[in-house]
Amino acid sequence: MMRLAAEGLGGERGGETVFSGISFTLGEGEALTVTGPNGAGKSTLLRVICGLLPAAEGKVQFSGGGDAFPDVASACHYLGHRNAMKAELGVEENLRFWQEFMGEPHLPPFEALEMVGLGDIGHLPFGYLSTGQRRRASIARLLVSYRPVWLLDEPTSGLDKASDAQFADLMGVHLEDGGMIVAATHLPLGLKGARELKMGEAAG
Amino acid sequence: MGSGMTNATPQASTLSGRLTALANPTRFLALADSLVPWLGGLALAVLAVGFYMAFAAPEDYQQGITVRIMYIHVPFAWLAMFCYSLMAISALGTLVWKHPLADVALKAAAPIGAAFTALALFTGSVWGKPMWGTWWVWDARLTSVFILLLMYLGIIALTRAMDDPGRSARAAAILTLVGFVNIPIIKFSVDWWNTLHQPASVFRLDGPTIHASLLWPLLICALGFTLLFVTLHLMAMRADIWRRRVVAMRRLSARAAERAAR
Amino acid sequence: MLALFRRELQIGVRTGNGALTGVLFFLAVVAVIPFGVGPDLNLLARIGPAILWIGALLAGLLGLERLFQADREDGSLDLMLLADSRHMRALTVFVKCCAHWTVNVLPLVVVTPLLGLFMNVEPAGILAATATLAVGTPAITFIGAVGAALAVALPRGGLLVSVLVLPLTIPVLIFGVAAARGAVADPDPFLPPFLILAALMLFFAVIGPLAASLALRWGGD
Repeated sequence: MMRLAAEGLGGERGGETVFSGISFTLGEGEALTVTGPNGAGKSTLLRVICGLLPAAEGKVQFSGGGDAFPDVASACHYLGHRNAMKAELGVEENLRFWQEFMGEPHLPPFEALEMVGLGDIGHLPFGYLSTGQRRRASIARLLVSYRPVWLLDEPTSGLDKASDAQFADLMGVHLEDGGMIVAATHLPLGLKGARELKMGEAAG
Repeated sequence: MGSGMTNATPQASTLSGRLTALANPTRFLALADSLVPWLGGLALAVLAVGFYMAFAAPEDYQQGITVRIMYIHVPFAWLAMFCYSLMAISALGTLVWKHPLADVALKAAAPIGAAFTALALFTGSVWGKPMWGTWWVWDARLTSVFILLLMYLGIIALTRAMDDPGRSARAAAILTLVGFVNIPIIKFSVDWWNTLHQPASVFRLDGPTIHASLLWPLLICALGFTLLFVTLHLMAMRADIWRRRVVAMRRLSARAAERAAR
Repeated sequence: MLALFRRELQIGVRTGNGALTGVLFFLAVVAVIPFGVGPDLNLLARIGPAILWIGALLAGLLGLERLFQADREDGSLDLMLLADSRHMRALTVFVKCCAHWTVNVLPLVVVTPLLGLFMNVEPAGILAATATLAVGTPAITFIGAVGAALAVALPRGGLLVSVLVLPLTIPVLIFGVAAARGAVADPDPFLPPFLILAALMLFFAVIGPLAASLALRWGGD
């Protein structure tokens, strides 16, 4: 049984505490949406969870991942504000690279692109895509390699309604497979049964 | 060309405006397609005659067989300067008349010019080794041609550095015009300074000082290489226009996929 | 890791400008020297190897600041750091350095013999200068990676990287020039400084990526 647990997490940015005392536990198939005003520390929280930023206090643990996912960082897909794709390379080339680099292959790049509705333009350089298409391509990155935990930072920014619904379906499938999702957002994501963590009020 | 661009309907979007601008390059492509085989064949024929005459021409009593390098070295050096002059005219076309074909002409000529300049330096170096006892000297003529090579390479780097073809064409045009001061310096360097390189012997006000038995093969070789240059330049321009179309079509297909998804 | 190397090469070849700019800078540096010291061929032959080394050193520093910055700007760097348990960070940095060297610095080594002719260096000296550059320039890239990692978050870190890195490259320069000159000047030996140069390169191949990965780890934001 895989479990992601945070205990009394605190984070700081530029020497200033943005939040503290955040605890939650996620089991298989559970989702957590992190909401709050700008500057409440949603992005910082996600980066602290996956270990890109050191935690000012408390700790995050991931258990039950076996040999493939021994720690938090190895169990996480991180989808930040930036798409982590190279404009010079083709969309499919980008995805194939990330699949080879991240290991644990899940869907072939072509199928992943089909899932986000970009099946026809996998051969185009990433730089030619529109903002929404770029976002969808980086969502496809979540599908090419398997990770139990998806950390999503404003995943739907730049997406239109149809792509929104498509993405909600993908997240639903991931949860049904026993995955976990932590998503920072200020737009409703259409996740059923997700718990909500409100930031910026208690923590200030 | 200018009138061709103004024919675009006012409500045309920027994309279709760009496509209209390619309409006249279409005519250019047709012209290039029909000219290239003829020009290429002619260039090879003239070069064959030129080389034959060059090897039939008498050897220099001092330099022996090495003088034959002249028949390729001198045309390469002329073309190095000719190509730059052509690029400077194209630069004017870009800046003053905003002619899209001028952008293409400048961009396509730069690598060919760089190649001819490098060949001129290389053949000169091979010629200089037995004559002067060294591969290279830093005299005025050689140095200014070397600087010409650097400028060609700089222009190539600049045209490749920017994604937007219009902006990169204007930047390259300005750089080309500024660098044009080097051309007269190269031409007259052998007269202004006392250099190891021999002074001009063909294009002089008081007529050529070179003997006719050497001059004719040289002129025919030069003509052949010039034809070769024109052929290569047309081919490079054609390739560049196709490249721009591929880019435009790829952008179009990205947009089309966006619309299909809705 | 092979995938990373291949990707970096692909990007380098598709943009294609880094190598051209580097070579052009190298050519330009070597071309201005005769104007500064005068076109005396004997003098140029004597200082030639040193000029080649200094030119290659400066040209090798160009573009180093983009080593991690480009990946940071598009978010790839985050994912590479996160993959620590699958690919050790230092190894990722090492592979990126190797790719950077292949794309941007190897062309400098290739044009060195040509520039040696311009400087009137004799054939043995040209061969020695090329060999020392081939062995020594990777060290410059590995040291530069540390500077690039430290300055990764700075908006205009380019000059800073060079300033940080130049003092550290001086040992490499000393032994590189010593070996290159040793091949030409008679009493000086070639092999001992050349072997020390190779040792320095291997040393920095370990230290550089380790230090750079630490800097990236703690420089995250």
